[in-house]
Amino acid sequence: MRYAKTGRLRFASHRDCARAFERALRRAGVPMAFSSGFHPHPKISYANAVPTGTSSEAEYLEIGVLEHLDPDALCAALNSSLPDGLRIVEVVVARTSDLMTRLEAGEWLIELPGVEPADAAGAASALLAAEAVEVERMTKGGLRRFDARGAVVDLVECSGVSGRSESVVGESCAILRLVIRHGTPSVRPDDVLAALAAVADLAPPIPPRITRLAQGPLDEDARTVQDPLLPDRGESTVGS
Amino acid sequence: MTSFLGASSSSSAPTALRPHDAPVFDRLERLLPFVQKPVQYVGGEVNAQISDWDACNVRWALMYPDAYEVGLPNQGVQILYEVLNEQTGTLAERTYSVWPDLEALMREHGVPQFTLESHRPVGAFDVLGLSFSTELGYTNMLTALDLAGIPLHSVDRDESHPVVVAGGHAAFNPETIADFIDVAVAGDGETVVLAISEVVREWKAAGSPDGRDELLLRLAGLDHVYVPRFYDVEYLPDGRIRRVVPNRPDVAWRVAKATLMDLDAWPYPKTPLVPLAETVHERASVEIFRGCTRGCRFCQAGMITRPVRERSITGIGEMVKASVDSTGFEEVGLLSLSSADHSEIAAVAKGLADRYEGTNTSLSLPSTRVDAFNIDLANELSRNGRRSGLTFAPEGGSERISKVINKMVTEEDLVRTVTAAYAAGWRQVKLYFMCGLPTETDDDVLQIARLAREVIKVGREVTGSRDIRCTVSIGGFVPKPHTPFQWAAQLDHESTDARLMLLRDEIRADRQYGKSIGLRYHDGKPGIVEGLLSRGDRRVGRVIEEVWRDGARFDGWSEHFSYDRWMAAAERGLEGTGVDVNWYTTRERQHDEVLPWDHIDSGLDKEWLWQDWQDAVDEVEVEDCRWTPCYDCGVCDQMGTSIEIGPTDRVLLPLSPVDRSALLAPQA
Repeated sequence: MRYAKTGRLRFASHRDCARAFERALRRAGVPMAFSSGFHPHPKISYANAVPTGTSSEAEYLEIGVLEHLDPDALCAALNSSLPDGLRIVEVVVARTSDLMTRLEAGEWLIELPGVEPADAAGAASALLAAEAVEVERMTKGGLRRFDARGAVVDLVECSGVSGRSESVVGESCAILRLVIRHGTPSVRPDDVLAALAAVADLAPPIPPRITRLAQGPLDEDARTVQDPLLPDRGESTVGS
Repeated sequence: MTSFLGASSSSSAPTALRPHDAPVFDRLERLLPFVQKPVQYVGGEVNAQISDWDACNVRWALMYPDAYEVGLPNQGVQILYEVLNEQTGTLAERTYSVWPDLEALMREHGVPQFTLESHRPVGAFDVLGLSFSTELGYTNMLTALDLAGIPLHSVDRDESHPVVVAGGHAAFNPETIADFIDVAVAGDGETVVLAISEVVREWKAAGSPDGRDELLLRLAGLDHVYVPRFYDVEYLPDGRIRRVVPNRPDVAWRVAKATLMDLDAWPYPKTPLVPLAETVHERASVEIFRGCTRGCRFCQAGMITRPVRERSITGIGEMVKASVDSTGFEEVGLLSLSSADHSEIAAVAKGLADRYEGTNTSLSLPSTRVDAFNIDLANELSRNGRRSGLTFAPEGGSERISKVINKMVTEEDLVRTVTAAYAAGWRQVKLYFMCGLPTETDDDVLQIARLAREVIKVGREVTGSRDIRCTVSIGGFVPKPHTPFQWAAQLDHESTDARLMLLRDEIRADRQYGKSIGLRYHDGKPGIVEGLLSRGDRRVGRVIEEVWRDGARFDGWSEHFSYDRWMAAAERGLEGTGVDVNWYTTRERQHDEVLPWDHIDSGLDKEWLWQDWQDAVDEVEVEDCRWTPCYDCGVCDQMGTSIEIGPTDRVLLPLSPVDRSALLAPQA
């Protein structure tokens, strides 16, 4: 399943979303498979979740069910059961077992209200021109220092072509489109923002709005992210 | 990171609204990236109710004055939320306490206390209803009032401000917060909130005649509604109360509690809220009866909620179904003050376990008495889900103390029940006790260690295993209004702590069983503050305000609570009154003393309470009136109520299976 986490629900943590999904599945009467053992759990696995506070149009999860279900009916049933802000975009029957490993890269949109597009474009060029840019982030293990440049596949200012979120108001608003390769340590959009601050003193006056647009196999040449569910769609879809 | 917030917080408010009614979400949203667990402030939960603001002329903001994670599961708020929202022309939204991180940002950026449904300022509502299960929420009330721009003192408000209404068990002595609230409601709120709504509606429709004073006077004319400003308190030279007397002609001398009868007619909440942030109780709750007449003398809840009113087995079945279907929770708690005492609990547990067989839906009884518990019941409860731990509350360690508190549970009962539990496969039992009970000695508390040893000893015998545990959890006793112990001296915190240390050392020194016994205890200091607030009078209001101004917040949370700050505030707040913290807490009251809450009528005859207090000291027990003749506690006569219990001899029929055909893929 591909799902979106948007609006106010972007403030929900991964655990919050997981509980919301489990309850929506129960309300919708989905015949879930359960793990065996003393504390049975419904079989749901989540792909790398977006950080709390960040929106996403492209989160992925897999569920195990006891009966053969109609994907569109399941999608509709869940969407009438989920809270506003969580929305199933697409359901396909899994024909492969490596969805998680196909999520090689992510595409992000970073809206920067109060930032001039030209300033953001300049900062993006400066970052791409750099060999490496060290940033710091607090992790569970303490303050870590790592390179945020290497994972960046593409970074362009695109306010001329992209629309902005309704709730982002203000005179000027730069919009960055970012493609990052997933890896270890994982580089997140806020690390890239920290890198932009380091190379070009880019300092947004109000919190940026960050949205994950896509995840999937990386096309290195086109610097884009492909649809990860492609191998699972039946033959009819592949041909079209 | 806070540099983001330096920019102006201007936002485009819809112009149709009065500025102070407009939603504040846009401004709040900019603060949320900088606070812990922001999801608790965004609302949008499954089963939250969004009503049309302009289509309603009576608007309630309901508050549980603690963090979302504690407040959201509160049944009182969820019940009133639905009851009010079902009324045409009335809406209710919710608000909870914001943590200090967000409070600081809200102050810096001028964002007021808001509700979770429309994110409107609390100051835009007609009524702010606060539910107090504990007195430790009082400072959080002041934070909310202040953030809402509502003057802290009732006397400083005008008709543009919400009417501040306090309910919940702590409202049975509203005197300590009399300066801050406009109205207190004693007892079950379901019908009273409807009556308040109609008074507000009529007064507004009439053009708010004679301002706030007239509105409060009309409210004071309702049954069960107490308006503190219409009463004067006179004191004796020694600091005790001489009398509490109405200062308006038509105001009742005493305000009686409300008692909801026929619970089956009030199946609320029908669609419980499903929290987005994690809360302390991740389950649906169904109240299976209200009230308790076991007569435990320390228990305020049991004393002020009489008589017992059961929901029928079929009513319970319908509510469980509605809750499970509308929430998706995996656990349903069957709530009451002593759930195994329901007249048909065995049939309820079996019927529900049959209905939910194979669905991973588990049942729990959050409070069960040792003597009403049995293994068949426990097995039914855990048949479709997890086997939760077993918890019992003997409360007192010695047989003597059991008689004093009228717990009516013998050591034999406890050992028999726990033995059966170990034999049936449970490996861990939790036992709750209190320290500082009236007449208690060091030896009474040390008996807890002996009891725990006995439990482990028989547990090892029946299981043949050393792999069993018993956890003793113990806290300080706080005497409460409207109980036989309302006259008792509270044990000072030094003595409480000393007894707890004796108990700890006794358990530690036991080489044979000590390692199988866990001890969890809370020090006695918070209990003294709770004692001050629960048995205080109007003079304590200044202490609450002083300590709040000094920064007190979230007093129920040990990491936020400061005893020293409270004591310093009490020093300042009580200056010149001639009374102090000890006077309110560790002083024993005499028969003829006017107690601050005497004019709130819980139905209990004060002479009966006094007699029960004397019986306690004499170690005389009183039976439960459900099974023995009435002993005239006074409630049913005074309130015109009677016990409502089964058995009904009805059964729970199987549910029709869920129709999944719409979800199934067409057969290939």
